[in-house]
Amino acid sequence: MFRDYREIIHNGLWKNNQALVALLGLCPLLAVSNTAINALGLGLATVLTLVLSNSLISLVRRFILPEIRLPLFVLIIAGIVTLIEFSLQAWFYTLYTRLGIFIPLIVTNCLIMGRAEVFASKNSPLPSLVDGFAMGMGFSLVLLLLGSVREILSAGTLFAQADVLLGDFAANWTITVFATDSGLLLAALPAGAFITLGLLIALKNSLYP
Amino acid sequence: MNRIWTYRPLKTALSLGLFSLLMIGLIGLLFHSTREQVAENKYQALLLQLKQVIPAYRFDNDLVQDSVLLAGQRIYRARYQGKAVAALITSTVQGYNGKIELLIALSTQAKIMGVRILSHHETPGLGDKIELKKSNWILNFTDIPFSEVLLKQWAVKRDGGEIDQFTGATITPRAVVLSIKQSLQFFLAHQTEIFQ
Repeated sequence: MFRDYREIIHNGLWKNNQALVALLGLCPLLAVSNTAINALGLGLATVLTLVLSNSLISLVRRFILPEIRLPLFVLIIAGIVTLIEFSLQAWFYTLYTRLGIFIPLIVTNCLIMGRAEVFASKNSPLPSLVDGFAMGMGFSLVLLLLGSVREILSAGTLFAQADVLLGDFAANWTITVFATDSGLLLAALPAGAFITLGLLIALKNSLYP
Repeated sequence: MNRIWTYRPLKTALSLGLFSLLMIGLIGLLFHSTREQVAENKYQALLLQLKQVIPAYRFDNDLVQDSVLLAGQRIYRARYQGKAVAALITSTVQGYNGKIELLIALSTQAKIMGVRILSHHETPGLGDKIELKKSNWILNFTDIPFSEVLLKQWAVKRDGGEIDQFTGATITPRAVVLSIKQSLQFFLAHQTEIFQ
C-alpha cells in the first residue's frame, strides 16, 4: 500500500508530470506564467480543483454510468470550479481580480478531465485524492519554475507583489536579482513562454532520457 | 412497473438530472451565503480605486453611491459639505494593444486632481510605464490646471504639445494623453449637468 502511494506521488511530480511529459493544460500554463506569483496562484487553484474533483468523482464513481461519464465529469469539474470562484470572490477578492479570468479556464484544463477519466473513476477516494494532489503539485511546480524564469528574465525580480496572493506580511518578498529598466521583453511575451517551456522539456529529457 | 426504472436511457437521464441538481444546489447555497460579502468586496475595491485620484479630506460623501450615467459615461461625484468638489470620470481608449481604461478626477476649480490607469494590455517593459507600479509618469498630470485655451497644447512633445512622454513607447502615452483630453472636453461641456 505504501509503495502504491509512493508511486502515485512519483508519477505526479516527475515520471508522468502532466506539464512536462503529458503536455496537458498548456493554455493556463503558458498564459499565467509571466510572473512567479501569478503562476503560484493558478497552481494552487489547480491543485485545489484537482484534489476536490478527483475525490468527489471517486466517491460517486459507482453511480456514474459509463455512457454519460464524460458529461458528468464536466458537470462536476465545472461545479467545483464555480464553487472555488465564488469562494475567491468572497474571501480573497484581490487575488480574484488578478486570477479571475483564468479561474473559469481551469474547467477546460484537460489535465483535470484526464485524471478523472484515467484515475479517479477507477480508484477509491484516498488514492484519488493523493493522485489529484501529486498531479496538481507536479503541474504547479513546472508553472512556478516557468513563472520564476520568465519574471527574472523580463523584470529582474522574483516574487514581486507577493502580498496580492499571500497577504500583507509578504509585501517585502520581492527579490531583485538585477536592476533593470527593461529586461528581456521576449520572456514576458507569449513566445517567451513557449521557448522557456521547450527548454524545460529538453532539459528533463536530456537529464532522464 | 419495475422494468421502467431499469430502462437504460431513462436511467442515464435521471442520473444526469440528479447530478445536475446536486451541483446546482451546492452552487446556489454558496452563492447565496457569499452574496453580501462579494457585494461589499466590490464596493470596497471600487472605493479604493476612486480614492487613488482624490485625497480623502476633499470629500465627505459616498463616492460609489453618488454616481451618474451621462452620455454613456459613468461619473462619480465628490462633494464636501454638499458642495460639488470633483467629477471622477472613467474612460477607455484604444492603446497599442487593446483598450486602456483610465480614471481621472477633475475638480470644479478646473484642475486635474489625479489620473490612474485601471487596466491595460500594453507591452511589458515599454508601454506599461503608464502604470504607477512601474513608473511615476502618470503623476505628471496631478494638479495641472486646464481650460479651453490650455487644451490646444494638450499633446505629447513629439506631436508638438507640452506633455513629456517616456522613452520606449510612443503610441501608449499618446493614447493616454488623448483620453485625458477627451475627458477634459467632456467635463468642460457638461459640468453643470454632471452635478445636477
